[in-house]
Amino acid sequence: MLLHDTALIYGRYLRQSLRSRFALLFGVLMPLLYLVFFGPLLTGLPLGERGSSWQLLVPGLLLQLGLFGASFAGFSVIIENGQGVVERMRVTPVSRLALLLGRVLRDATVFVFQAVLLVLAAVVMGLRAPLAGVLIGFAFVALLTVSLGSLSYALAMRVRTPGEFGPLINAVSMPSMLLSGLMLPMTLAPGWLDVLSHFMPFRYLVDAVRDAYVGSYTSTAMLYGVLVAVGLVALSVTVGTRVFRTSGA
Amino acid sequence: MAIISTAGLARTFQTKLGPVEAVRGVDLTVREGEILGFLGPNGAGKTTTLRMLTTLLAPTGGVATVAGCDLATDPGGVRRACGYVAQSGGVDPQISVREELVTQGRLYRLTKDQAAGRTEELARDLDLTDLLDRKAGALSGGQRRRLDIAMALTHRPKVLFLDEPTTGLDPGSRADLWDLVRRLRDEHGTTVFLTTHYLDEADALSDRLVVVDQGVVVAEGTPSALKLRYGGSIDASLQDTFLAITGRGPASADAAPVAV
Repeated sequence: MLLHDTALIYGRYLRQSLRSRFALLFGVLMPLLYLVFFGPLLTGLPLGERGSSWQLLVPGLLLQLGLFGASFAGFSVIIENGQGVVERMRVTPVSRLALLLGRVLRDATVFVFQAVLLVLAAVVMGLRAPLAGVLIGFAFVALLTVSLGSLSYALAMRVRTPGEFGPLINAVSMPSMLLSGLMLPMTLAPGWLDVLSHFMPFRYLVDAVRDAYVGSYTSTAMLYGVLVAVGLVALSVTVGTRVFRTSGA
Repeated sequence: MAIISTAGLARTFQTKLGPVEAVRGVDLTVREGEILGFLGPNGAGKTTTLRMLTTLLAPTGGVATVAGCDLATDPGGVRRACGYVAQSGGVDPQISVREELVTQGRLYRLTKDQAAGRTEELARDLDLTDLLDRKAGALSGGQRRRLDIAMALTHRPKVLFLDEPTTGLDPGSRADLWDLVRRLRDEHGTTVFLTTHYLDEADALSDRLVVVDQGVVVAEGTPSALKLRYGGSIDASLQDTFLAITGRGPASADAAPVAV
């Protein structure tokens, strides 16, 4: 039943995404701009990491894509709440977990698709990385999207207007991006900033993808990255399902 | 036989300004095959009661059964037995009528073929056949309402909850909707639980009325019984009867300013 319901909800929202092809491509614009206009600045800098500057930057941009994209996913639920669509579905016997999973799996599909476009563009710019590492990077994008999407939907079910939602998401996503070292590695940071950034879960994900991009698949950073990513998914999906089950403000 | 019965059903919302008792203890019984008009002033707790009876909102007090299923212990049973049309409807304007109806059928666990068949059937019953491939957003108000109701009838529910179903409809569409509600009851024995602010609608359609005010039931009975008891005569208007029940009669002549 869960599988049936999830597939149904996934299909509905994937068709919705496919109807707006423009939005589908537009999401990749911000990281693409960073790639083209910011990436070249790093090529000659001593970044103290293994591999080229592209192997450092592209993992950060992938997670930036997931971070900004998925954390705003909840906007669609605010609109649907206004239309009564969410309530109409919650009156049916459909699994509450499926109402969430169908949506976040759609998001994961869309963002992995955008991630593929971004990596292709990066290859043109000069990125060279092992295929397995690139695939691992996509897996992290998917996991990050599922967790952030779940939290975003949960929050969106609790707020009433897009006006409340937008600033809140910005207030969380900007520091998350800076503190996780998406643009430049935190190893360059002074001690206090490095310590602070360890409290930001996304840092572990970025470090793991950077390791994957230089082919070190069995490092400690990779282990932490996987643990944090899976932990985030479990936590967020639990919170999100709870909200879809009980929400009724 | 009672298809809905509630005892002390209550919902308190916690807000920053303290608890708000939206529904303070509703006791009511609805018989199978009845059309029940659920009336009350704005903020009386009508929608909150409906949302509890359809499992959207957990009660903070009291008990209820719908179609033999306990609200608290068997919400799945309640969901299978009832259909709900909210004030706002509940379709995505970007999606075609057919896709919405088929998806709705699938949400009620019909197979693809069954859902497609049921869609044709509902479209025929509710005069939507020519509109199946239009986007929901392109329908007129009356057509939209028929679609909302078709969605709620997908699984042939025993109880249909309608929250202000005719608000915003033109007189012709309202009359069509009244016919539809009567037909549902007469042909399928569906119990209809509807809220409305149009007292002519309540009068014309309901077998029985329940009036709530400030979160409790303040009167119930057939329209004529209520008119006789609260309006003073069986010929009283339901308007005056309603105002007498809720104690919000027109301000007395002395109190009203003669000129502003």
